[in-house]
Order: sequence, then structure tokens, then C-alpha cells
Amino acid sequence: MSAGTLIEWQKQPGDSVQRGDIIAVVHTDKADVEVETFTAGVLEELLVEPGTKVPVGTPLALIREAGAPAPAAPAPSAPAAAPGRLLISPSARHLAEELGVDPGTVRGTGPGGRIQRKDVEAAARPPTPAPARAAPGPPAAPPAEERGAAMRRAIAAAMARSKREIPHFYLGTTVDMSNAVRWLAEENLRRDVPDRLLHGVLFVKTVALALREFPEVNATWRDEEVVPGGGVHVGIAVSLRGGGLVAPAIHDTDTLTLDELMRAFRELTSRARAGSLRSSELSDPTITVTSIGERGVESMYGVIFPPQVAIVGFGKVVERPWISEGQILPCPVVTATVSADHRVTDGHRAGLFLAAIDRLLQAPEEL
Amino acid sequence: MTTMTYREAVREAIREALASDKRVFLMGEDVGRYGGAFAVSHGLLEEFGPERVRDAPLSESAFVGAGIGAALAGMRPIVEVMTINFSLLALDQIVNNAATIRYMSGGQFGVPLVVRMATGGGRQLAAQHAHSLEAWYAHVPGIKALAPATVADARWMLPAALADPDPVFLFEHATLYPLEGEADEPGGPAELGRAAVRRQGSDVTLVTYGGALGKCLDAAARLAEEGVEAEVVDLRSLRPLDLDTVLASVARTHRAVLVDEGWRTVGLVAEVSARIMEEGFDLLDWPVRRVCGAEAPMPYAKHLEEAALPSPDSIVAAVRETLA
Amino acid sequence: MSAAPAVSPALDREQGLALLRELLLIRRFEEKAAELYSLGKIRGFLHLYIGEEAVATGAVPALGPEDALVATYRDHGHALARGLPAASLMAEMYGKATGCSRGRGGSMHFFDAERRFYGGYAIVGGGLPIAVGLALADKLTGRDRITGCFFGEGAVVEGEFHESMNLAALWRLPVLFLCENNLYAMGTAVERSQAQLDLSLRAQGYGVPSESVDGMDVLAVREAARRGVEAVRGGGGPYLVEFRTYRFRAHSMADPDLYRTKEEIEEWQKRDPIRLFAAVLREQGLLEDAEVEELERSVAEEIDAAVAEAEAAPWEPVGDLLKDVYAA
Repeated sequence: MSAGTLIEWQKQPGDSVQRGDIIAVVHTDKADVEVETFTAGVLEELLVEPGTKVPVGTPLALIREAGAPAPAAPAPSAPAAAPGRLLISPSARHLAEELGVDPGTVRGTGPGGRIQRKDVEAAARPPTPAPARAAPGPPAAPPAEERGAAMRRAIAAAMARSKREIPHFYLGTTVDMSNAVRWLAEENLRRDVPDRLLHGVLFVKTVALALREFPEVNATWRDEEVVPGGGVHVGIAVSLRGGGLVAPAIHDTDTLTLDELMRAFRELTSRARAGSLRSSELSDPTITVTSIGERGVESMYGVIFPPQVAIVGFGKVVERPWISEGQILPCPVVTATVSADHRVTDGHRAGLFLAAIDRLLQAPEEL
Repeated sequence: MTTMTYREAVREAIREALASDKRVFLMGEDVGRYGGAFAVSHGLLEEFGPERVRDAPLSESAFVGAGIGAALAGMRPIVEVMTINFSLLALDQIVNNAATIRYMSGGQFGVPLVVRMATGGGRQLAAQHAHSLEAWYAHVPGIKALAPATVADARWMLPAALADPDPVFLFEHATLYPLEGEADEPGGPAELGRAAVRRQGSDVTLVTYGGALGKCLDAAARLAEEGVEAEVVDLRSLRPLDLDTVLASVARTHRAVLVDEGWRTVGLVAEVSARIMEEGFDLLDWPVRRVCGAEAPMPYAKHLEEAALPSPDSIVAAVRETLA
Repeated sequence: MSAAPAVSPALDREQGLALLRELLLIRRFEEKAAELYSLGKIRGFLHLYIGEEAVATGAVPALGPEDALVATYRDHGHALARGLPAASLMAEMYGKATGCSRGRGGSMHFFDAERRFYGGYAIVGGGLPIAVGLALADKLTGRDRITGCFFGEGAVVEGEFHESMNLAALWRLPVLFLCENNLYAMGTAVERSQAQLDLSLRAQGYGVPSESVDGMDVLAVREAARRGVEAVRGGGGPYLVEFRTYRFRAHSMADPDLYRTKEEIEEWQKRDPIRLFAAVLREQGLLEDAEVEELERSVAEEIDAAVAEAEAAPWEPVGDLLKDVYAA
């Protein structure tokens, strides 16, 4: 998902909110999502009118925390893979919360790259003068928002262009995840917590392998032409808490083992959040995979990132009744979707592509 | 504005106590005829006579114990143990009697005893005459331990200690006796159990006590030249410790460097460090650092002794490390 | 060694019976304590005074109610003779809040402010400097009080004994040093630990007058103690009395008593202070058998009541653990 429409507000300015309270409902292309607040305080201002569609990462409201400026509650964004452990001093962590700075975006100058207060302070300072905006109360709106504004504008432009120019079509399928879930559980027993595999790596790997059979989905559209991808470079959608979304590539995704993929996942995510991605990583993806399962959404149909020609989405792995040999049994399933460019492929091919992903997910041990 | 030496301040405190309270008497080795090993009690024998300024034989256990017994019977003795090094001979009386009697008697008796001792190294007196064992005393429930580090505290902590119904140990760093300073404030018994901010700063908190205070202030002056403003906290009270003042400082600076002339391992500032971690974990931007005595018996040779003790240099270096 | 004088003939019946009752009270109290210890009601260390009763019974009353008393961990007899209620001592050994030290001290640490009973010390020799200090306070304030300080012969080789004797003598302090020589410091016989067995010579070394007396003879003890009190009250400085006595039981309930022979114990038991004194009273026609029975019954009643009280008494709330570490 890359944008959502605010359906309704469930709290009003002046309401006290606690962590976890639902304050709004947002409509994505295929589902309505409840937006929760991660801060406690008083809802100060609603920034988006019901009925407005906004990109992922757009602040929806301002909450005034007791005694400190509160970060705005953002629209639900595509979650990233679990980051590696962040080295940050306790005081710096609190300062980051106070200032609304995502610690993952801060470069640490302490020993071992540990983030200190001065690093958070530096990260919170805007790189360019920001336009004046209404302050929720002393002090002014969090500086992180100003950085995020530029990114949001860029995303807005890209998404609008994508929808204007690319004839999207959408396919979805429900995949039986029992083998995958069981296999993952067994694998993870043998691993220490930091090395455990997430569902996400299975999804990315199956997409990468499937792309070998369907190279036209692994292509880019440039100057009215299909340009085959030089290799399979899957872009992983990473949301940035300050606002914004990036989808850097894991190069040659189909050649990596699951452990290598997991490490790449983490590494990319922390560099993405630290603002230190290489430009090649941003321009090289041949396809994007977005996995929004952690947000509770069962299926999502994304907007294609040009010049790519497809975006694969995975929802939440849920238990659903499944018919197996005439019996109704509970079964873990996931909804896999593809939004594809109709100039480049069609329903038949895209359907087979999804089927290939399904088939690959049935044999996780071979990934 | 009265300026006097630390030594004079202690003397004045003892004199005032002897003059104003008949229950007070001074007892210790060479406090009378000799005038005190550090000249603190010079002139007091002449003024108050041998009953109230008592020269004791070299019997630390007996005269500290006698101080306890006299206190039990309602007197207010000031026992002077010449140095903390000799106090080891009286530890049985201190730890097994002075510290326990109130508790062990179910609150029936108290021991309003004051014991003063010179402490510390830095005078090339070698391993048996250079101990900083305040940590041992600060460890024991039932007694109180104070470290006057300024002339004002030397003047006004003693009356407060005498007024305290429990055993109070005053540790006077031997290098402080000639220190000059003002003794007007507070003009009455000092507040016990509270630390004091001796220098304000916002970049790092230096915590120390006793003879190392001067070194911390020197270090702070040097750091100020580099644009680093150190806040210096003088603990003043070693048991009980005033962590509130320390934590309030760390809340401002987010960095703590603890300075203690005693040995580092299981030393007094190890307790301060633990408390900062326990109660001020979220305040810290850097791990707490300690600058302490080297893990060796005190050497005689000057350069070795200097290397074995904290110095303004080593304190500055430790602070710089935390600001990397 | 100065000879112990003969038993004073001027003993009246009332006094005699009172002394006998005290001897019995201590004996039966200790026996009851031993029983309760075996039942687990009394814990920790328990040092019984059985066999030594004549010393506390004879010497403690020689001190006036204004005088101070310092004892050792073997302090039950001294506390009872000083008038601390059996119930309060029993409760203390149980660890109850009604104990004389509120359950904080146990058997080794009896304290009583009203009766100027300053403990109860577990460290051998630890009470001597305190006794010196109590006496010093009296000298400084010009009060006509003395301090009686009991200790065992084992303390005589601790540094604190020498320091205290010297200091008391040097400053002419009103301390009456009362040495209970029961020949064994825990498991070590006095011949194996003291180069000089003659305590009077040690006292002489500090310029302290002394005498030695038969500690199994309560009247001899009483007379010696009175002499000592008089000497000290006269302002002449400290005085030392040695009581030659013997404990019939082991050092403590934990002691297997492997260092003495049964023969030696039996030999001393022939001079059981209670039997000796009862015989003296009978000889003088001051005691009937029926009276002994009556005394035993009265003592038993007192002790049973003490036990019952201790059993029923409350425990100090755990929440008060930190109370009285300091005054406030």
C-alpha cells in the first residue's frame, strides 16, 4: 500500500488518548485499516479531512504529549523487516522520542556507532529552512516533519504519475502456508533470536525465483519499451517513521540463501532509516515486494513504482477454514497479490506468476 | 568574612563544643600536651584542662570503646583516632559495638559518639599510613560517615555531628588541614546527609568527596578552557549518601565521572555508580566512569604515589573520554 | 593469691533463702532454656551458666541499682540476678518483640536501660572498653557510681583486656573487673593458652589490686564482691576479683565437649554451688526440706509462666526491620 483515504475520525480534538487507542479509519485499495496512536496525550489537531487520499507517512493528526511536543500519528505504512539492535544511550533514546526523531535515521558517533544526545540533536535540525507551519504548542512542530515533507511530495508525484500512466490490473490468490509456517518454526528453533527468519524472506525469495520464469514481470518500462532486468533485484518497501517510503533493492535476490536475504533485509532497513542508501539501490529494483501483514491487513494491492512493471503484495498470515480432502480444517494462509502493468503483461501470465509463487511456498525447504 | 585554615576551623568547632556543652570532652592520642598530631587541638588542653582534653595511651580499641561507653552513659565524647590507618585497631568496637548497640538493644540505648580521623594519602607516607578506607565505614548500617572537604564544613559539621544521637565518623583528609577558606556559613550546625554542588556546569558531572574535591575543581577549571563545563558535586556525607543531588546533576549533564582516592575495586564510588545506574539509567548519555586509586599498596616514591592517586590530569582525561 | 575468707556467720534466713532461690532460679531457667533449644524454640547460640550460678548470685547484688553492669554472651545468670524478668529474657531468646532487646539480640545480647544492664557481648573482651567508658562518664560527671564488668578468663589474653585494665588504672576509673575463671575458653584449657596463670600478677602488672575467691561458694563470692565494690567506690581506681568456678555443661549447646574428661566434670559437680549452699543453710538450721520443695515449686512456676508468656508473645513486624538502625 502506498496511499490511503481517511474515512473517518474516531476521536476529536481535545480528547485524551492512550497508547493503542484507535483514532481513525483509513481506506486502502482493498481494506479499511484502523489507525492507532503510539503516544498518550491530548489530540490537538486533525490534519486530514475525511475523504482525502494521502500517501503513506502523511501525518494525520497532532497529539500533544504531557510536557513534551508529540510526534504526529502517521498513516499506516508498510512495515519494514525487523531492524538489527540499535546502539543508543538511554538519554538519547528519550530525547529522540521527545523530538520525534526516528533513532533508526540517526547516525551515531559514540563508540561502536552508539547514538548520543548530540547525534539526535543533529538529526533533528532541519537541513534546509522549513516552511512555517502551525505549532501544536511550545516548542514548534517536530523538525523531522520538515524532512518528511519533501519526501512525501516526491512520493505523491510518483504515485500520481504511476496511476496516470500505468494501466494497473490486479490479481490475488490465497496461499496455503501450512508447510511454510511449520518449516519456519522448525528452522527458527535452531537459530538464535537475532538470526531468526521472518515470513518476509520466504515471500521475497519465492518472488525472486518465480521471476526467473516470468522475465517480463522482472522488466522495466522506459521510453515506451520493455527493458528486461539485468538480474532479479527485488525492492523491499521500507517505511521511514519521519515520514516517507523507500524501496531499495536487494541485488540478485534469487541467488541469495534465506539467511543472506535476512541479513540483507536488516542491513538495508537500518541504512534506509539512517539515510545512507546508495543511489543504485534506489534505482535498481526490477520489482517491489511489499508486505503489510504486521499492520493486520490481509491483502494489499499496491501502486507500481515506475519504471517497474509490477508490485507484489503479501498480507497477514492468518488462520482460516480450509477444505482439505473434503474436511474443513484451520489452516494458515496468506493472500498474495500482484498489481501489474497491462502494457507489459496480461492476466494469464500474471496469474501463472502468482501460481508459481504459491507452488514455491509449498516447498520452503527448497528455497 | 572570616577566613581561616581547615585546621583552625576544626579547632574552633571543638573549642566551641567544649565551651558550650559540659558533656563534651576530647579524647585521643596526643591531643593534649602535643597539641594534636595535626595541631588541631593546639591550645585546648590549656584552655579546658586534662579532664576534658584527655591524652589517651596507644590503645585504640580501649579509648574508642571508652568513648562508646561514655556516650552510652550520656556524655558527648569526641574521640580522635590519629589516622584512619590506626582505626583498624578499633574496628571491633566500631563495627560490633558502636554500630549495633541501638539496634541490638531494641532501641533502648543510643551511642551519641563522634569520632574524628585524619585520612588519605599523597604525603609519601607509604602503605601503612596512606589509607582511604572511608568505604569500609560507609558500608556499615548504624553509623554515619562524613567527609568535610571545605573550611566551612570543617567548622560546621562537627556541631551537627555532636547533636546527632548516633555514632558519627568524620574523615578529615590530611592534606586539607592547611587549606584556607571562609567559615562563616552556615553559622550553625551544617546540614548533614546532603551533597553540595561546588561548581555548576552542564557538560559533565564530577562526583567526589574529601581530599579529591580540590583536584576535581582544578580539573573543571582546565576543562572550562576547552569549552567543557563540569559540574562538581561534593558528596559531603558518605553514609547516608545523597543521591538526589547527584541525580539532579546528571539529569542536567547526562554524564558522570566519579572520583575517589580509595581503591577502585569495591570502592565507595562504586556504590554511587550503581545508584546512578539504578535510579538514573535513562539520564545517561554515556556509561559512568570512575577515577580511583590504583590497585596497589601506596608506594613511597613521589612519582609512583602521584600515579597511584587521581589527579587533575587523569580526571580531565576521563571527562574527555566521555565526550568523544 | 589471697585466701578466700570463711563463710560469714551473720546470715539471716530471709537473705539465705533469697540467695538459694536465686541460685535455683538461674539453674532451672538454664535447664529450661536447654530444653527449649533442643525443641528449636530457642535458636542461634546458647551459652549456659549451669555450675557458675554462685558468681552472678553473689556478685551482682553487690552492685547498687545506680551502678552499671556489663556482661558477656553467657549473660542469663547476670540478667536474672540483676532483676530482669525471666519472661522478658525468655521472650528475647524466642526472638519475640516483648524480649528485653525486642528480639533483636537473642541469648547473647540482653540489654535493659532501666536496670543499667549494658549487654550481652559476643566478642570476647568486647565489653571491657565499654565498661571503662561507662566508668569514665561517672568520673567526669562526679557521680558516685561504679561499673561492674564481668568477663571470662579467656578475655584475659585479648588485647582489649590489657588496654582496658591499663586505661582504667591510669585514669583511676571506678571499674570493678569481675573475672569468671571457668578454666576453659570454649575448648581451650587455660594452661594451654596463658603463659601466666596467676591473674593477680597480671593485675599487679597494671597496678590494679585484686583477689581470688572460690566461685562455687556464693557467700565467699558475695563478700569478695562487696570488698571490690567498696574499694572501687572509694575512688582508688579499678579492682579485680577472680572467681574460680566451673561450667558443668559445654561451652554452648553446639559444643560436643570433647576437651574435658567426665571425671573432671564429676569432680567439680561435687561442689555444685546449690548443693553447697543448701548444705550451709541446713547446717545453720535455716533450711527445711519442705522449704526447698516450696522454692523449687515457686521457681518452676515463675519459669513456666515465663515460657507461656514467651510462647504467646508477638513477633516484631518484618516491616520494622530497619527501625532503630538510627535514632530517626
